[in-house]
Amino acid sequence: MSARDNILAKLRHSLQGTTPLADHYDEALVTEPWTYATSERLARLKTLMEAVHTEVHVTQAATWPALLTELLAQRSISSLLVAPGSEHGQQLAAYLGEGPSLQLKAYDRPVEQWKQELFDNTPASLTSTLGAIAATGSLVLWPTREEPRLMSLVPPLHVALLKASQVYDNFYSVQRQQGWASGMPTNALLISGPSKTADIEQVLAYGAHGPKDLIVLIVEDQ
Amino acid sequence: MNTQARIPAVELPSDFRSRAHQALGDAQLRGNFRKAMDSLMAKRASAFADADEREQLRALGNAIRARALSKLPQLLEQLETNLTRQGVQVHWAETVEQANAIVLNIAQAHQAKRVVKGKSMVSEEMEMNDFLAARGLECLEADMGEFIVQLDHEKPSHIIVPAIHKNARQVAALFQQRLAVEYTEDVDQLIQIGRRVLRQKFFEADIGVSGVNFAVAETGTLLLVENEGNGRMVTSVPKVHIAVTGIEKVVENLRDVVPLLSLLTRSALGIPITTYVNMISSPRKPHEQDGPEEVHLVLLDNGRSQAFADGELRQTLNCIRCGACMNHCPVYTRVGGHTYGEVYPGPIGKIITPHLVGLAKVPDHPSASSLCGACGEVCPVKIPIPALLRRLREENVKAPDTPHPVMRGQGSKYSRKERLLWNAWARLNSSPALYRAFLRLATRLRGLTPGNVGPWSQNHSAPKPAPRSLHERAREHFATRGNRP
Repeated sequence: MSARDNILAKLRHSLQGTTPLADHYDEALVTEPWTYATSERLARLKTLMEAVHTEVHVTQAATWPALLTELLAQRSISSLLVAPGSEHGQQLAAYLGEGPSLQLKAYDRPVEQWKQELFDNTPASLTSTLGAIAATGSLVLWPTREEPRLMSLVPPLHVALLKASQVYDNFYSVQRQQGWASGMPTNALLISGPSKTADIEQVLAYGAHGPKDLIVLIVEDQ
Repeated sequence: MNTQARIPAVELPSDFRSRAHQALGDAQLRGNFRKAMDSLMAKRASAFADADEREQLRALGNAIRARALSKLPQLLEQLETNLTRQGVQVHWAETVEQANAIVLNIAQAHQAKRVVKGKSMVSEEMEMNDFLAARGLECLEADMGEFIVQLDHEKPSHIIVPAIHKNARQVAALFQQRLAVEYTEDVDQLIQIGRRVLRQKFFEADIGVSGVNFAVAETGTLLLVENEGNGRMVTSVPKVHIAVTGIEKVVENLRDVVPLLSLLTRSALGIPITTYVNMISSPRKPHEQDGPEEVHLVLLDNGRSQAFADGELRQTLNCIRCGACMNHCPVYTRVGGHTYGEVYPGPIGKIITPHLVGLAKVPDHPSASSLCGACGEVCPVKIPIPALLRRLREENVKAPDTPHPVMRGQGSKYSRKERLLWNAWARLNSSPALYRAFLRLATRLRGLTPGNVGPWSQNHSAPKPAPRSLHERAREHFATRGNRP
């Protein structure tokens, strides 16, 4: 018998004569305390994310490229990893025109082909999000071919674009409204702030292994 | 680095009592723990401001874990089917030896030299670092706390905050000596040193190893929570990702993780959510640009099926590894995590370890508790830890020839003399005639009772029977004053 067979046989033997417990999932308990009026939802998200050192800006569909450029200039960042084929990538490229102020880089090849550059010479990235969660102050990301997993992890600064209309109340409502249970991607992420640790004396320090800074641009689209 | 002495060079004695004695005399250690546990307790309390919500959520958490365990074999098979279909390779191990062999096989198939590990208590059970090191593979811890502990050749002293027994001064000295950096007690700078060293390791590693917080059967998803980003690094950068987990970590549905996640992060650190919730359902797909090309899941039993076999002890497997029980434990706070001498310290350690290593190896575990009940009160999935400790105490003193043993190493504290004494005591208290004779003897011979009755008299006066028993005095009282209320 294999280890698998042995383990399953032992577990089955232990359950002989018992019936599986019924599912009495309390949906109200995981939604009602975590439901917000439209006016509160964004404010809560902002408060929670700022409490963990996220820089949050509310901006407009037409003006976010200008704001982003200014924020990067303040930090003396001259190159940005961005998906060139995406709507926001195109909008940003159009805004920048031929100006030399900000170099746009694409994650358009397998990581193995440019790992050194990604790790050592990519100070910032811009990604889209699938929305956010007001209850916990979290961004929702499903990395794609255009915006791969390491894009929101390796560069020291991660800038995330969030549509104001896509702020959900809680994790349960995100799962249900986006139909997660019917098929998960290779990697799904909730991101709630820049990376941090309190492993030395419970003293909170930001910039552990992931981004040291997270900027969220909330784009008002309603 | 292996030949250097530890800082501070403290060697731990081999048994619980001696280790506890040593820890209690270490003012620095006690101070470090007291400070950290007070802070963690306060954070948890503020994260559960609404007591009604907290209690309902605990009940739901308990129900979800109990439901998962009530159909564990089916859920494990469903998890395996879904993961396999999505391209994840699932392995099963009954023992830590089997689990290590699986990991080694994968490493050898890829000619791997460097392994980088996210925080995983199951890999601690396996002693994977030492196992791989002995076979020429570097296995480096990437969680800041684990990194510090590994650098000092120690074991974690807490399951959530592994280096909590050390203060910044100690970490500063350690980094200065081992990493040849300038001495600094500034926590931000210390963390940046760790970041610099480990970034290079993430970059170079051939294999990433992680644990799993919840394995979702419905979607075939491995969910990991963390704050640092090391968990995402080890599961995204190297070409191979190996997740190791206990067979009990499976939940039925994706929605089941919603309350469990909330309970976990609020109970552990008093935060609404961790920085990262990382859900992995497959290796890199052909059109994707990063992520591991292979993902493996190792499902480890290591004594869990023994706990599972008993309806009461099975509740041990509800655990979601939040650490709240140790944060609130008066014993843990005073003796620290290393005193327990095993992977899992504190109250949860006392009830899970006997299944992993056998009760005979940890005979003092069930009794190293005041049974104050704090652990059971804060447990987010309502494991009745004090009741299970009492149960283990019973198993620990059962006669060796008791039929149908429920656990390995049971009866390790059985003593024939003690059993005879307790049997005599039981007869004395259940026979009125014997009891009266005993009382007469005890009161009349009270001058002969010893002044020193072992550990009790270290801090208390020795018990001495009264000159006359309550029975006698009551009889006198009613004889003189009649039978009035």
